[in-house]
Amino acid sequence: MKIRVMLEKVMNVILCLSGVTAIAAVFVISLYMLINGVPAIQKVGLVPFLFGQTWRSTGSNPEYGILPFLLTSVYGTFGACLVGVPIGLMTSVFLAKIANSKIAGVVTGAVELLAGIPSVVYGLIGMLVLVPNIRTIFHLKTGTTLFSAIIVLTIMILPSIINVSVTALKAVPKEYEEASYALGATKIETIFKVSIPAAKSGIAAGIVLGIGRAVGEAMAVMMVAGNVANMPSFFKSVTFLTTAIAKEMAYAPNGSLQKQALYSIALVLFIFIMVINMVLNILLKGRKEK
Amino acid sequence: MNESLSPKRKVYGVLLQGFIFLCTGITVALLVGLLGYIFYQGLGHISWKLLSTARSALEDTIGILPNIIYTLYIIFTTLLIAIPIGVGAAIYLNEYVVNKRFVQIIEFAAETLSGIPSIIFGLVGYMFFCQKLKLGSSILAGSLTLSIMILPTIIRTTQETLKTVPNTYREGSFALGATKWYMIRTILIPSSLDGILSGAILSIGRIVGESAALIFTAGTGYVLVKNYFEALQTSGGSLSVALYVYVYEHGEFGVGFAIASILMLIVFTVNVATKAVKKKI
Repeated sequence: MKIRVMLEKVMNVILCLSGVTAIAAVFVISLYMLINGVPAIQKVGLVPFLFGQTWRSTGSNPEYGILPFLLTSVYGTFGACLVGVPIGLMTSVFLAKIANSKIAGVVTGAVELLAGIPSVVYGLIGMLVLVPNIRTIFHLKTGTTLFSAIIVLTIMILPSIINVSVTALKAVPKEYEEASYALGATKIETIFKVSIPAAKSGIAAGIVLGIGRAVGEAMAVMMVAGNVANMPSFFKSVTFLTTAIAKEMAYAPNGSLQKQALYSIALVLFIFIMVINMVLNILLKGRKEK
Repeated sequence: MNESLSPKRKVYGVLLQGFIFLCTGITVALLVGLLGYIFYQGLGHISWKLLSTARSALEDTIGILPNIIYTLYIIFTTLLIAIPIGVGAAIYLNEYVVNKRFVQIIEFAAETLSGIPSIIFGLVGYMFFCQKLKLGSSILAGSLTLSIMILPTIIRTTQETLKTVPNTYREGSFALGATKWYMIRTILIPSSLDGILSGAILSIGRIVGESAALIFTAGTGYVLVKNYFEALQTSGGSLSVALYVYVYEHGEFGVGFAIASILMLIVFTVNVATKAVKKKI
């Protein structure tokens, strides 16, 4: 009997520990980001760090301004959304409202596979297909540009947008649509004037999820964007926040200001993502309460 | 009915419907194009020599056998760590915690984890597991990092199946005098096996495709090791990492596409398996 009571207590503790692992992980990640990210910002100064236009981490007179990376990440994400959102939203309208279940099954399968393609594979195809073609079509010196990265990111965020939007569109109460039909609206009019507005917070959540994915993507972008610390321009090689970290991590000496500055970039990226997650949470909660 | 519509409304309808079909077409065409291109370029480059040897600087040949083995080791180790913790967390959330607020906090933490980009996991994993715990660049450090990354998936899928276990099962077990842990061990875990399995399969897909988190933690090693325990302590690149290294650093596109084909076959299998398990649930 005693052993059983003991076992109960031990298991209770073990399960409790497993339960708090997630909390501990978030705590440790935030802590490490802060502890390692703050020193370089203190040394460089917050304003020169965030708004400095030159990043020259090696060389005799190093400068650590991450504005080029920040703006590239913003522009790249914005560009990917500009193309990805209409395509994704229309595909989800097709899946949720138009297709019969057989066709919807096929298209959903395609979207799921698209979501499963590893980012290095996107990078590989981008390097071999996009980069040379963009160079010849637009007569550029190099095809590794912001434009190439935007195309890759557009494809990568499609599944996130589609999955969440389909769920949101399917959750629109039938009565809304039936009322619209009863008033003489056509199917397309109902979709665009009733269903989509009714599902807007869910669709917004899908878009925000896509934004999070685009901001956090590293390897695919690394392989097609050229990784030069230029201010963002459509047909120039650029560096994203993620790639700025990835490209110098391997050779920055431990304890150097260069490495600390990389951690600071990670901190900025982390804060970015945290804000995006918060918005996402608010959007999804709002939907649940409805 | 259509005839009574004004021309403006007719055009509106036709244009938007066309747009919907066009966009869906683009999505499907993208997938077909990508898959077709990968297999067209890759299958021809898969050879027995590539699959069964290690990279040799002496003979100047590339083989991905170590990377295949490393990938399997990483999958195994990551699941070995993450499944007990994830399932434990789900059981704790569903069966033990009475305080709603505490459940919310844990669930919020899990959601936050699933939103963090893999490069951040890579950095923190590098700082915590490789440097602080002195594991160095190794399969173990990489697997520990990935276990934290897939933890939310395991928790969520297990929780979903736990919720479907009828309360009468639990009550019946208690009525027969079972203790709580005995009930969990004999009733809950067996009946939520499908959920755990689907979480594991989803995680395999994620692990196989992961590169940014592994490159800093497990490194890019390509030497064949003798056994599992030696591998845990050595740096080893998974297939995805190897793809990146061969393509981006060596310009070996053929090898890259061969690995990409293998990765896509795995992704495909994972998708089919997930569907099969979901159907069972």
